Amino acid sequence: MSTETAMAEKRSYFPQDLGKPMTGAQILLRSLLMEGVEYVFGYPGGAVLPIYDSLYGHELKHILTRHEQGAIHAADGYARSTGKPGVVIATSGPGATNLVTGIATAMMDSVPLVCITGNVPQNLIGTDAFQEANICGITFPITKHNYFVRDAAELPRIIREAFHIATTGRPGPVLVDIPKDVSNQVTNYYYPEKVQLRGYNPTTKPNRLQIDRMCQAIKGAKKPVILAGGGVVHSGAEKELLDFVEKTKIPVITTLMGLAGFSGHHPFHLGMPGMHGSYTANHAIQESDLLISIGARFDDRVTGKLSTFARNAKIVHIDVDPAEIGKNVETFVPIVGDVKLVLQAVNEKAEQPETEDWIKQLMEWKRQYPYSYENDDKVIKPQWLIQMIYESTKGEAIITTDVGQHQMWVAQYYLFDNPRSFITSGGLGTMGFGFPAAIGAQFANPDKTVVAITGDGGFQMNMQELAVAAEHNIPVKIVIVNNRYLGMVRQWQELFSQRRYSAVDLSSGPDFVKLAEAYGIKGMRASTPEEALDVWNKALNHEGPVLIDFEVEPEENVFPMVPPGAGLDDMIMGGE
Amino acid sequence: MNKHTISVLVNDQPGVLARVAILLGQRGFNIDSITVGRSEEAGLSRMIIVTTGDEKILEQVMKQLHKLVDVIKVQHLSANPMVARELALIKVGANAANRSEISGIVEPFRASIVDVGPNTLVIQATGDSGKIDALIELLRPYGIKELSRTGVTAMMRGTSLAAKIAN
Repeated sequence: MSTETAMAEKRSYFPQDLGKPMTGAQILLRSLLMEGVEYVFGYPGGAVLPIYDSLYGHELKHILTRHEQGAIHAADGYARSTGKPGVVIATSGPGATNLVTGIATAMMDSVPLVCITGNVPQNLIGTDAFQEANICGITFPITKHNYFVRDAAELPRIIREAFHIATTGRPGPVLVDIPKDVSNQVTNYYYPEKVQLRGYNPTTKPNRLQIDRMCQAIKGAKKPVILAGGGVVHSGAEKELLDFVEKTKIPVITTLMGLAGFSGHHPFHLGMPGMHGSYTANHAIQESDLLISIGARFDDRVTGKLSTFARNAKIVHIDVDPAEIGKNVETFVPIVGDVKLVLQAVNEKAEQPETEDWIKQLMEWKRQYPYSYENDDKVIKPQWLIQMIYESTKGEAIITTDVGQHQMWVAQYYLFDNPRSFITSGGLGTMGFGFPAAIGAQFANPDKTVVAITGDGGFQMNMQELAVAAEHNIPVKIVIVNNRYLGMVRQWQELFSQRRYSAVDLSSGPDFVKLAEAYGIKGMRASTPEEALDVWNKALNHEGPVLIDFEVEPEENVFPMVPPGAGLDDMIMGGE
Repeated sequence: MNKHTISVLVNDQPGVLARVAILLGQRGFNIDSITVGRSEEAGLSRMIIVTTGDEKILEQVMKQLHKLVDVIKVQHLSANPMVARELALIKVGANAANRSEISGIVEPFRASIVDVGPNTLVIQATGDSGKIDALIELLRPYGIKELSRTGVTAMMRGTSLAAKIAN
């Protein structure tokens, strides 16, 4: 995979001090350097004191966040924007458990992370000692793998394996739990050249016969469609996907995680599928006779009611994780392999099917049923706001989002052109993700415009990280799409609970501008489209971090919408 | 819904049984029994999992197990001729009068009486789960005081013709 190569190139710290005695903490940091790590995000505490002592004056750059959840989402944003693994350090007990949401977020979206946690000394393990938590036990279901280190001599091998596991095959988070005595233990340092894991050999090269079957299926298809997911982004297969589309003239639907995997401008891009997908994308899936899923896992937000999903289609399922194939939908051609390698193999053989009528039909739908809303020149419509941000950044920014309505509007109205330019919590739907993820992405991409588009609800879940933006004066732009509601929940309550707005009113504040100022950050507010344009231009030209509170239409809804449990062609199109 | 017996070769690491059990629980798979012990190779343990489900569930169980880094090999034993055995210790109420009667029941099952108390007998039985179920049913009228079963351990039969005949 591309990440593997990137890591190998970065692995420039050769073990000159091979065989020299070091503490476990020093070995850990040296091993991180060996893996090409540049930034670690973290928060100290008693059980990681030896590690933080070794970090003092160390060449590894440590970013002190204000909450462990902020640290892990920042590491996640770093990883998603670069393809390199993110690294986070937390102390034992509450430090470690504060990582849990971030670990689960990364697991669901297949993001490579290495999470280092401290633990109490081994003689206290199991005694319910102060700040003890069985973090390995807690994270079994939400890590790709985890380690409890018993001996400092094992640390180099474990760190080497952790990075290997996190970044290869289907990427994911790996946790390494280090008791304090191991961090203090002195042993001779070495670093293994190779990883030897008998039980871990991801299949990356596809089976030739299945590739032939896929090409055969394409040849006979009248209404083929591609469903491209996060796997395209993870394997860096954007170019291969474009080649495949150009060669076969098969239109593309990108899932939320796959949005930046294919140009939003391309005439064959049909939009996003699923609950808030485009009319064209959803109807294309339902009408298609061949659905080629590339690195997507048929999440229920994508499929709607499974029994009616793509009912006329033969499904080709390409995924590096064999367990995804056949998990939710029946597959006609299963292809296990890295998306990039699979597409390279397919591109050698695939021929263009006869799909003129099909494409004509899709283009007609695209013209007839675009994403739409009723604009207003007095109040800020959130859709307009996203379009405005898109136009002013020319699609060149790295956008992170939180979770909810604004996230769906970004998915609908911001057209992504560049790989790794869209960072969002898809699988777990983690509120509080967007802003710290933007911090991580900005550290990794100091020269790019990074915009955190967040809701007033999600932002309040990790707003303490304003301190990090201020401390490092990073030019991250924080856009609060402020409707004074927990918007998506309110929308569901409006549509499915007879407007019984239970516990969604967030109008009591805070004053986000004053909050920003309290942290020493520039804060601005806009409540009309005119003001919005003005403050946004100022924000883009502002050199440091900036927060803009956009007061938008409070009861705007995200449409189209497939009601939960309904089929994809059962769409509420909205009043417009 | 069929019963399936799966053999899983795993690294002999602390917590590996928990990993497997949590994985199965997390995915909503049913576990009828799970046994674990040393294998033919130092450092590796063998788990035998008996689960119930259709072919689709079985396929997912096997694929998900394979995702665990500590899992070396996953085999569907019950797809082929296999030997499956369980051990049970059964403590039944017994007195001088009915001891020989119980002994008469135990004998055809090739089970053995491994402990004789003033009012109880402990019977040790090995065999497939069905045989043990049958023995328990026959012993039930005497009053089962305590019952402990190991769960199934299993192995594929040898593949040569000679081995098949021998079995």
